[in-house]
Amino acid sequence: MQQFLGLYNYWIVIFLMMSGFYIVMTSRNLVKKIIGLNIFQASVFVFYISIGKVSEGTAPIVAEGLSRYSNPLPHVLILTAIVVGVATTALGLALVVRIHSAYGSIEENEIEEGGDEA
Amino acid sequence: MISSHLPALQVVIPLLAAPLCIVVHRAKAAWVIALVVSWASLAISVRLLERVLQEGVVVYSMGGWAAPWGIEYRIDEINAFLLLIVSGGSALVLLFARVSVEREIEAERRYVFYTMWLLCLTGLLGIAITGDAFNVFVFLEISSLSSYVMISLGSDRRGLMAAFRYLIVGTIGATFILIGIGLLYMMTGTLNMADLAERLPAVADTRTVKVAFWFFAVGIGTKMALFPLHFWLPNAYAYAPSAASAFLAASATKVAVYVWLRFYFSVFGASFSFDAMSLSDILLPLGLVAALVGSAVAVFQQDVKRMLAYSSVAQIGYMAVGISFVSVNGLIGAIVHLFNHALMKAALFMVLGCVFYRLGSVALRDLDGLGRQMPWTMAAFVAGGLSLIGVPSSAGFISKWYLILAALESGSWPIAFLVLLSSLLAVVYVWRVVEAAYFRAPLDDPSRRVVEAPVSLLVPVWLLVAANFYFGLETSLTVGVAERAARTLLGAGG
Repeated sequence: MQQFLGLYNYWIVIFLMMSGFYIVMTSRNLVKKIIGLNIFQASVFVFYISIGKVSEGTAPIVAEGLSRYSNPLPHVLILTAIVVGVATTALGLALVVRIHSAYGSIEENEIEEGGDEA
Repeated sequence: MISSHLPALQVVIPLLAAPLCIVVHRAKAAWVIALVVSWASLAISVRLLERVLQEGVVVYSMGGWAAPWGIEYRIDEINAFLLLIVSGGSALVLLFARVSVEREIEAERRYVFYTMWLLCLTGLLGIAITGDAFNVFVFLEISSLSSYVMISLGSDRRGLMAAFRYLIVGTIGATFILIGIGLLYMMTGTLNMADLAERLPAVADTRTVKVAFWFFAVGIGTKMALFPLHFWLPNAYAYAPSAASAFLAASATKVAVYVWLRFYFSVFGASFSFDAMSLSDILLPLGLVAALVGSAVAVFQQDVKRMLAYSSVAQIGYMAVGISFVSVNGLIGAIVHLFNHALMKAALFMVLGCVFYRLGSVALRDLDGLGRQMPWTMAAFVAGGLSLIGVPSSAGFISKWYLILAALESGSWPIAFLVLLSSLLAVVYVWRVVEAAYFRAPLDDPSRRVVEAPVSLLVPVWLLVAANFYFGLETSLTVGVAERAARTLLGAGG
């Protein structure tokens, strides 16, 4: 039980990851799919941030009285991944706008009923 | 002075040229920029390959920061070869792109297409050249995001849905790779691939590393369209503009196969990946199923572009089979097939670009009698098709030869038989096009006066077709490099 609670950050990550994945897989609405994708990616952000944390560590700025620092590298890495995630979301939404103007719908089943889906 | 910075220039030049295309805002100028940059990249990659073959591994520290703190570009035989495939593919297909793009993409969007092309080139070259695991993810997303845009620019509205689905699947795949990188970083505290390879054996027997291993398998498998994660590919290639299909078919999945080789042979090490984790037990059946199912589904396609896309799924299957033998000949087969498949698929997709240019369609029923109306175009299809089947003296024969050699070497003749069976299926689907084009009368439709495609489209197509047969006869470059690359991969961490 102690161990289970001690790893609570990973449980949060897994919960977010699976919910995001489920939303991407099951929703027929294209915008909801993108929301799911965002939750899925956010779980990985949380994962990276929590692996860089050292218990009782502070931000890695040299100051008096502090000797334990968190590892800044995963935090920097995930900054890059967040930028990538924002770009993906923006592109995804832009595609949804164009799909809406081409098909008049953003529901997958209605688009497929449009008749030209192979 | 400049020559010592070639590895950086390989990536930086297309990266800087991409916004330039946005600034000039004119399609023709953007095309000239893209073309010049692609040929410059090709020249750089040829020079790098020469250097690697003469001097061995080329290491370049970005910004002078030594690895493992800085990002390191590390070029050995296999990624030098990959750089050549990607930049060569871009350079040749761009020759073809201008006229084809004018036909298929609206005028005000053309400069965007070339911008995305350069970004995609940047990403693919970056993945191939870098020696840093996180850098692979960043470049992977650069190339993927730009390829989603390229696919969505096609004239068919189905391209939009194909791009959207590819975006969802591609992002999930890339995120899986990101998770894998994070888990490896947790265990080793490094992102440098050479460093990872050194530190992993000590922690190899932990659940974290094993989980990372399978996250990579699914993530990279999605990106390389390994069966059953291939479902995004057929629509994406079928509805993309012809030039984009040709470029992506020649490069994008190839680079993903390279990432697979790099992670499983160089980073995890062949003995861990294939002995301890028995990756072959999964890779071999998936590869065989991909080769058979991909070819079989291709036989039933009514749209020739989709047919070729399914054939690509099958070809990725061959490469997976080649990798799964973990032998020198198997790897030669896989690596040479990277190159040869890029040649034939780029040629065939460009042929379809020519057909689309005249007909506005690539449906099989519209191809009737085309052999007489567009003799040079359809002759190029036949020649490319022969290479796809693997007829002796064509490039496709070389890679299948090594594949079958490796299968027999490992004592499993049923695998050799299945590879041959899949090649027979390739005969069937290529034949369907040949039959329509040569053995049926042209459609009796006065509105359809089809003439030969313009010379500016035919020249790059025939250059590639010629290359298919040149590299079918003169194999010292491809097989020579592939053999050295295979030995390097098997030597590393083994």
